[in-house]
Amino acid sequence: MCGIVGLFLKDKSLEPKLGEMLTDMLITMTDRGPDSAGIAIYGSEADGRSKLTVQSDAPDTAFDGLDGALTESLGTRVSIRVIDTHAVLDVPAGKAEEARSALAELRPGMRVMSAGDTIEIYKEVGLPEKVADRFDVRGMSGTHGIGHTRMATESAVTTEGAHPFSTGSDQCLVHNGSLSNHNSLRRKLRRDGVRIESQNDTEVGAAYLTWKMQNGATLGEALEGTLEDLDGFFNFVVGTKDGFGVVRDPIACKPAVMAETEQYVAFGSEYRALVNLPGIEDAKVWEPEPATVYFWNH
Amino acid sequence: MQTYDLEANGLRGLNSALQELNGSTNKTSWEIVNPKGSHAIAVGLNSPVDVTIKGSTGYYCAGMNQQATVTVKGSVGPGVAENMMSGTVVVEGDASQYAGATGQGGLLVIKGNASSRCGISMKGIDIVVHGNIGHMCAFMGQAGNLVVLGDAGDALGDSCYEARFFVRGSVKSLGADCVEKEMRPEHIEILKDLLARAGADAKPEEFKRYGSARQLYNFDVDNAQAY
Repeated sequence: MCGIVGLFLKDKSLEPKLGEMLTDMLITMTDRGPDSAGIAIYGSEADGRSKLTVQSDAPDTAFDGLDGALTESLGTRVSIRVIDTHAVLDVPAGKAEEARSALAELRPGMRVMSAGDTIEIYKEVGLPEKVADRFDVRGMSGTHGIGHTRMATESAVTTEGAHPFSTGSDQCLVHNGSLSNHNSLRRKLRRDGVRIESQNDTEVGAAYLTWKMQNGATLGEALEGTLEDLDGFFNFVVGTKDGFGVVRDPIACKPAVMAETEQYVAFGSEYRALVNLPGIEDAKVWEPEPATVYFWNH
Repeated sequence: MQTYDLEANGLRGLNSALQELNGSTNKTSWEIVNPKGSHAIAVGLNSPVDVTIKGSTGYYCAGMNQQATVTVKGSVGPGVAENMMSGTVVVEGDASQYAGATGQGGLLVIKGNASSRCGISMKGIDIVVHGNIGHMCAFMGQAGNLVVLGDAGDALGDSCYEARFFVRGSVKSLGADCVEKEMRPEHIEILKDLLARAGADAKPEEFKRYGSARQLYNFDVDNAQAY
């Protein structure tokens, strides 16, 4: 199984409530995926700054003095905001890659969850409600967000096996299903220089999209490519800095429901996840077609 | 008329109250409010009750139905009226995948669209879809009728046995061993009755009939060496 929720806001007045709405949707999907949960939030952007969200199993020692060490290493001011096992590092735009290399030196074993101008990813093992509470996802605002509740099949129940996966700047992907050609595709993408950290099938899907977009494809074209190049079952929901996309494999045995109003576009593995959204009674509600790409842009 | 608030009182209470009537001839009416996409609403009924669900449901609504009439004033998730034996299930919105799967009798009416695998392995159920249906519908259908007023997706009736399919619109593709067949007077009669019972405004003459070419499931002596 696995549960997916996603919300792309069109109405700016809802932005302060994004975290609250997504958290409720995520908790509703607990019985589809009680082993781990994660959320990607596209929040505010600061001019000339980028964000790196990192995770450590020993946050007390790992995050202690990290801002100072990075400031010294990069020769420019880096600030840190610690939230439980995660921390958001604020670095100058264009220094994200350098910061990532410095992190590998300074704090080996620290995981980079996401990097970009607006994206922050929080994910951990545990019940969705507990995970959302630890990071106070309810209190977060943003333009769009994607959440996932995991029932593991393809790889271990660990933080790095949880979704969303991010393999490119401001990109993320969540997945319900299982890919069967992920090993061969992982080797091919690694040969082309794409960074893939885990043994997880979904991360290969995310890396594939990143690789396509690096080679000039739009989000829509990259999603079209999954239908040709990925083998297996998938419902993908993806986020970019200003976009939100959905694609299902041609067999489409994994459930999916979408809703759209003047205020938002929402995705749920089941209709249950959408029932408390504002104006859902009058929303356009539909099941996304198999092998069909849907995407929205701000 | 009894009203049951599903959100306030829970699913088990509802299904046990409805199932307590099983075996009786009480023709009572029930209205279920706040379904909110819940699973397995009004399953396993076996009495001539009339159940109306005010809203959309999740998986397996009205599964294993016998005798009861279940109306959903909304859309349904996967597996509505799965393995229905008798009675009537009416969905006013759309139905997700495998609506009416393995159904052995009764009538399932979907007033919107049905997605993939509608009527998969149907064994005698009658299904009338006012809108379109998705891919792989009536896969391995054995008996019963699937009527579609709109269009059918890929691989209609793949590997079917003796189920009949009537489609008014286009068929994207036929599955293995499924062919178009002649519409004879007895088929017009069957269709006329089903359309009337499903409240569908369409003329039987507008439909085409499809069914098994009977090449796949009959033993052919020329293939003996393959075994």
